Amino acid sequence: MHLWLIPAFPLAGFLLLGLAGRRMSQRLINTVAVGSVLLSFLWVLRTLSALGTLEQPHLESYFTWIQSGALRAGFDLMVDRLTAVMMLVVTGVGLLIHIYSIGYMAHEGGYYRFFAFLNLFMFFMLTLVMAANFLLMFVGWEGVGLCSYLLIGFYFHRKSATTAGNKAFIVNRIGDVGFTLAILLVFIHFQSLDFQTVFASLATNPAGVTTAALTAIGLLLLVGATGKSAQIPLYVWLPDAMEGPTPVSALIHAATMVTAGVYMVARCAPIYLQAPLALEAVAWVGLATAFFSATIGLAQNDIKKVFAYSTVSQLGYMFLGLGAGAFSAGIFHLVTHAFFKALLFLGAGSVIHALGGEQDLRNMGGLRKHIPVTFFTILCAAVAIAGVPPFSGFHSKDAILIAAYHHSPLMFWIGVITAGLTAFYVFRAVFLAFFGSYRGQAHPHESPKVMTLPLAALALLSIGGGYFDVPRWLHPLFPAAEEAHEPWLVYVSVAAGLIGILAAYGLYVARPGLAGQIADRLGALYRLVYNKYFVDEIYDRAVVRPVVDGSQTVLWRGVDVGLIDGAVNGIGSWARGTGAVLRLVQSGNIRSYAAWVVWGSLVALLGFVAAGGLR
Amino acid sequence: MHSVPLSWYLILSAVLFGLGVAGFLLRRNIITVFMCIELMLNAVNLSFVAFSYQLKQIDGHLYAFFVMVVAAAEAAVGLAIILTVFKNRATLQIDEVDSMKG
Amino acid sequence: MTEMLIFWAFAVVSVGCAVNLVIQRHPINGAISLIGVMGSLAVLYLQLGAEFIAAVQVIVYAGAIMVLFVFVIMLLNAEAEQRTGRSAAVRLIGFPSLAVLLLLVGMLIRRLAPAPESVRFGDFMGGTAENIGRSLFTGYLLPFEVTSALILVAIIGAIVLAHKEID
Repeated sequence: MHLWLIPAFPLAGFLLLGLAGRRMSQRLINTVAVGSVLLSFLWVLRTLSALGTLEQPHLESYFTWIQSGALRAGFDLMVDRLTAVMMLVVTGVGLLIHIYSIGYMAHEGGYYRFFAFLNLFMFFMLTLVMAANFLLMFVGWEGVGLCSYLLIGFYFHRKSATTAGNKAFIVNRIGDVGFTLAILLVFIHFQSLDFQTVFASLATNPAGVTTAALTAIGLLLLVGATGKSAQIPLYVWLPDAMEGPTPVSALIHAATMVTAGVYMVARCAPIYLQAPLALEAVAWVGLATAFFSATIGLAQNDIKKVFAYSTVSQLGYMFLGLGAGAFSAGIFHLVTHAFFKALLFLGAGSVIHALGGEQDLRNMGGLRKHIPVTFFTILCAAVAIAGVPPFSGFHSKDAILIAAYHHSPLMFWIGVITAGLTAFYVFRAVFLAFFGSYRGQAHPHESPKVMTLPLAALALLSIGGGYFDVPRWLHPLFPAAEEAHEPWLVYVSVAAGLIGILAAYGLYVARPGLAGQIADRLGALYRLVYNKYFVDEIYDRAVVRPVVDGSQTVLWRGVDVGLIDGAVNGIGSWARGTGAVLRLVQSGNIRSYAAWVVWGSLVALLGFVAAGGLR
Repeated sequence: MHSVPLSWYLILSAVLFGLGVAGFLLRRNIITVFMCIELMLNAVNLSFVAFSYQLKQIDGHLYAFFVMVVAAAEAAVGLAIILTVFKNRATLQIDEVDSMKG
Repeated sequence: MTEMLIFWAFAVVSVGCAVNLVIQRHPINGAISLIGVMGSLAVLYLQLGAEFIAAVQVIVYAGAIMVLFVFVIMLLNAEAEQRTGRSAAVRLIGFPSLAVLLLLVGMLIRRLAPAPESVRFGDFMGGTAENIGRSLFTGYLLPFEVTSALILVAIIGAIVLAHKEID
């Protein structure tokens, strides 16, 4: 089946662009970059149609990467139903975003570098989702983190961009510690890192591995997931990651990379199903993050920041779905979210492009007359994310909320409130940008076809994506979600969305000044939310500053300069001192040398006699 | 007591050697010092030949022979060095050739 | 009896010349004394049955090496030494070491040399040129070849060191 071709096409694209891209024309770069992803997508389609219903996972082993004692990790690729979903999302949405980037990045410097990194990202992401063992997945995991760093810091002339790239990578790393420990624990308890082997042994011999161990593994994996998928407490890098170009925000920080954590938890469902405590933690972390970041999104003025916090919130929803036991619902939301969130970001990019770089909502307004295509597609995405039927977001969000209700009614109600907040802040952004009168200085113009066509394609998917019956497709993999549900749950969630939309309409279209008055009334509370609850500042004081100071005083001055340099220099000065003493023998006087020779030969002779050399 | 005990030859050798060392330490003229070295070599040759007699073997003679050959080579090179030193320093007093001090 | 006489005579001569070598201020006197030492040693070698070595001593050592010394003394126009002090190292280290060394050697001689062994002229007839030649070209071939290389190196070295620059 040649599964390896799927990640290999983008890798080849990366190599070609990285090595020879500087001398290529823009046309050629476009062809190589888009072509490699297109080939990958087509191969995915071919593979999936050839594999059919995928009752059993399809495994292909290429070579043994590590063979050491009991550890055997190979470059093994696997396709099962979950992988199929992920592959389609990654290559499909990735393809649309590559096409979009041709238009968006057309006038930017470093053109080939951008596409090279984007292709490299596709390679790593595909490796991540197709990996058949923990270690290879970790390779993809780290690789996408690397590409994220490279692409966030794409405008490396800007200090804020490079700092944001650093922040993303470092915070990711903190999560990766958890992931690494989880991998080690898996190996210790199962003597293997292959998914098939681990999950099979879990099914047949659960008594061999204690619940405590499985809980530990689950919690550590969760730590890794919070880093990569921007959950509490490691979500702080995602808003800063908006420094990167908008297609990057769409692809990496909305549709694919940040969903790696969700995929990982879903993949490890057998572990979580036997560690209920860890699963509960997943659900509560997701719920808390969803609510928390939704509140922050209410007060942001940068259009990309609004969508960034929205991404964090929606990821929280996905984790809520997983944690409530509805793994397929979580993955379903991953798919629909990829559609409408990528569309939101690409649309925002179109707006920014139209306004020549403006990102502040306060300087927009009335754009629906100037850029109607962009407006219409963003509207589709906004309705989808608000959970209004029959758009895709409704189906997936509903599935999650129903599962949450059956797990714990409290979760349901918080989820509903968050849904309302989501609808509110998304439509706030839409109304501020597209309605009213234009408050800015630029000359808005519609984006070229190469950008609007992907928008249209994603809009179609956002509208109709709900009808890809993902939960039924994933049914054999995960235990059945609760089928029976009270009908009023659906009405409540839809109503929450509609209330949010109406509230936004009221505050930003019907009575424009009202929002400002409410903000003034709330005063300190508003400032708290606007400054994202000062979380970054708290982290800085509590973690970053002590580490930096400790490094400087203890490690640098104390250990490095004092101890190590002192030891090395000390050896030098000791040698010099000894030499200075020994130098006194060299008097230059030949006769004293002669005396020393006689003395020396005497000592040698005495030594010889004492050693009994002469009978 | 008609024949000479072997140990007397050895004592003579020791005495000559000691005189050679004394002269080597005492004298200031390079050439004299060099000649004291030759004296020491001769003393050692005597020892070799004496022991060769004791063991009734010819090996000691051969050692003495090689010592002489090497002494000849050494004398040639050493005197050449003395000539060079004299050319550069215009002195034959070894105390004045102390630029290796320190 | 004659052996004793010969030994004593030439031993005294050799020691005397050696002392003279150490004492004399002018190097040429030292050179002559050294020739005297070598000559008496040659006689002692004869008494020990080392006829070849005795001959070589006279021909090579006294006849060539010392002549070389005399030539150099003449070339350098060496003068008598002036009286000066001795270095501290010599006084403190050299002489005591020498004394101890001689004591040690004396003790070793007493321990090593078998008491009744005496030297009689004619007891050891093996020091002939034929024997030496045979050993030289069989058992001691390697040192022989090596010393011939050594002599070659010494010749070259001496020429390089001592030759006059041609302006």
